[in-house]
Amino acid sequence: MIPSQATQLQIDSAIKEYAHTRSALLAVLHLIQRERGYIAVEDESWVAARLDLPPAEVAGVVSFYTMFRTKPPGRHHIQICRTLTCQIRGCRELVKHLEKKLGIQDGGVTPDGRYSLITVECLGSCGTAPMMQVNDDYHENLTLERLDALLDSMK
Amino acid sequence: MTSQEYRPLLLKNIHRPDSTSLSAYRESGGYKALERAVKEMTPEQVLEEVKASGLRGRGGAGFPTGMKWGFLPKGPGEKYLVLNADESEPGTFKDRLLMERDPHLVLEGFLISCYAVGCTHGYIYIRGEFVDPWRILLKAVEEARAANLAGKSILGSGFDCEITIYRGAGAYICGEETALLESLEGKRGMPRLKPPFPAQVGLYGKPTSVNNVETIANVPLIVEMGSSWYAGIGRPKNTGPKLYCLSGHVRKPGVYEFPLGIPLKELIFEHAGGLLRETRPLKAVIPGGSSVPILPADKCDVLMDFDSLAAAGTMLGSAGVIVLDDSVCIVDALLNLARFYAHESCGQCTPCREGCGWYVQILERLEKGEGRSSDLDLLLDLSDRIQGNTICPLGDAVAMPVRSYVTVFRNEFQYHVDHKKCLAEPAPAPV
Ligand SMILES: Cc1cc2nc3c(=O)[nH]c(=O)nc-3n(C[C@H](O)[C@H](O)[C@H](O)COP(=O)(O)O)c2cc1C
Ligand code: SF4
Ligand code: FES
Repeated sequence: MIPSQATQLQIDSAIKEYAHTRSALLAVLHLIQRERGYIAVEDESWVAARLDLPPAEVAGVVSFYTMFRTKPPGRHHIQICRTLTCQIRGCRELVKHLEKKLGIQDGGVTPDGRYSLITVECLGSCGTAPMMQVNDDYHENLTLERLDALLDSMK
Repeated sequence: MTSQEYRPLLLKNIHRPDSTSLSAYRESGGYKALERAVKEMTPEQVLEEVKASGLRGRGGAGFPTGMKWGFLPKGPGEKYLVLNADESEPGTFKDRLLMERDPHLVLEGFLISCYAVGCTHGYIYIRGEFVDPWRILLKAVEEARAANLAGKSILGSGFDCEITIYRGAGAYICGEETALLESLEGKRGMPRLKPPFPAQVGLYGKPTSVNNVETIANVPLIVEMGSSWYAGIGRPKNTGPKLYCLSGHVRKPGVYEFPLGIPLKELIFEHAGGLLRETRPLKAVIPGGSSVPILPADKCDVLMDFDSLAAAGTMLGSAGVIVLDDSVCIVDALLNLARFYAHESCGQCTPCREGCGWYVQILERLEKGEGRSSDLDLLLDLSDRIQGNTICPLGDAVAMPVRSYVTVFRNEFQYHVDHKKCLAEPAPAPV
């Protein structure tokens, strides 16, 4: 797949920021994922050609970093923190509630493509545990009621 | 000075309206220290001030910042300063607060630090999930550049300094400085073998110093107020203000600023509002982020500084203070952390890669009531084999807590073996 013209322009300027082209790799992957929601195998080859890297190097980087996805997420990608502070402040109940309500397991996407759910490690927001990130945004100090209200507000 | 009278120095701006803007920052006296540094001081003088202040790194190890900068070669020649804004140590959320609420403080500190070490292109490596702080920093850099506070000949001084912000993409290990450099070069974040140390061979093969956000946020203060004033804050060899992150079973979790060396109990019971539930007494405290040994309730009369906590057998680490009340099962808590490290191990050293997986397996069977008595010593033995035998300190960061939890709470682990259930009386989590 070929990124849109707009994304390609952003990719060009990201590459210009670095004297060493390879340093732009993470930024380029972020841009592609922002456009399509995930990084396909074809994207990896396109990036490899654009940055003059072996495709295997690009694939290695994509698989190393947890933020890079190789499958389409839901429109609302719910990442719920499962690390110690969030655990002792109740994230297990929240995950159970989400799995039941959305009818999917950790790692799944709802059939209508509206939500995806994944548990992740500490997001650096333990002072407001339990918390989750939906797309770019942090939602903190969650309760079951607040979680329900948030889900309802997501179209 | 009692801590009741303490006025925040690092967090002094965060409650100002519009605190992220350049104009608000300048109104509160911001960028005066940068101006003084580049116009009235030589880089060597700034470096000497930082050395004399006693500032120790806030990223985890507490290494003296001035000494670290001193390892970089003097004089001209490309070298880099890299700001470590990867903040991913469980229990830690102070750098995010600084970047979100006072980005110009972080930037001013970074620019002065670049001047001190002779770096003309600084990199800020920010954790990928921090989308808001990233946007806020980007805007701050633009504002600073437009006001001639960054870029060519800063404030007409002849000192050039470009700043590039680089986003990570989700990997705890990229907070380790050599993994961070690999990641900045567009690679998988695999820690490098040392030596050579980054001060000799760092980013793009050039001498490099990696410093934590909070560390760097102290630098304007040192330049503005002077090193002897700064060294008067805190305790001998543990100087300056400190951000403490309180989380877990306390009424008022959050980031608190006090001098280094505040009593742990004062932090918990006076400032963080005490324990969450009256019926649930304190069980233990993890004082420095998930990678440090645990303090049981009866060992919590300690001062929160590098040397006092080391004397107590643990570490200040990132000052992520996780408070556990008696509803917590220690086996369950340790299993949570073991899974975290197993997930985050980069996999290049056998002891770390395999050891983390074994910890998880053993703790899972203890948790399920299928454990054996020999499992306790097996956990300790594993820690002995991992610690000190890996490329980067992540191995130690999991081996140390495992050893301490099993040693301190041995009866609880044994109870899981003997009774196939937990000694702790769980309480429904307060959601
Ligand atoms: C596994 C691991 C993760 C780390 N994560 C961070 C981090 O997120 N932020 C940070 O500043 N330092 C982190 N460090 C410490 C850095 O390697 C480095 O020591 C620190 O950034 C130096 O800054 P300082 O001298 O200002 O403390 C980590 C270390 C290890 C071993
Ligand atoms: S100790 Fe673990 S994280 Fe560090 S280099 Fe070895 S395998 Fe990677
Ligand atoms: S443990 Fe959940 S944000 Fe840190």
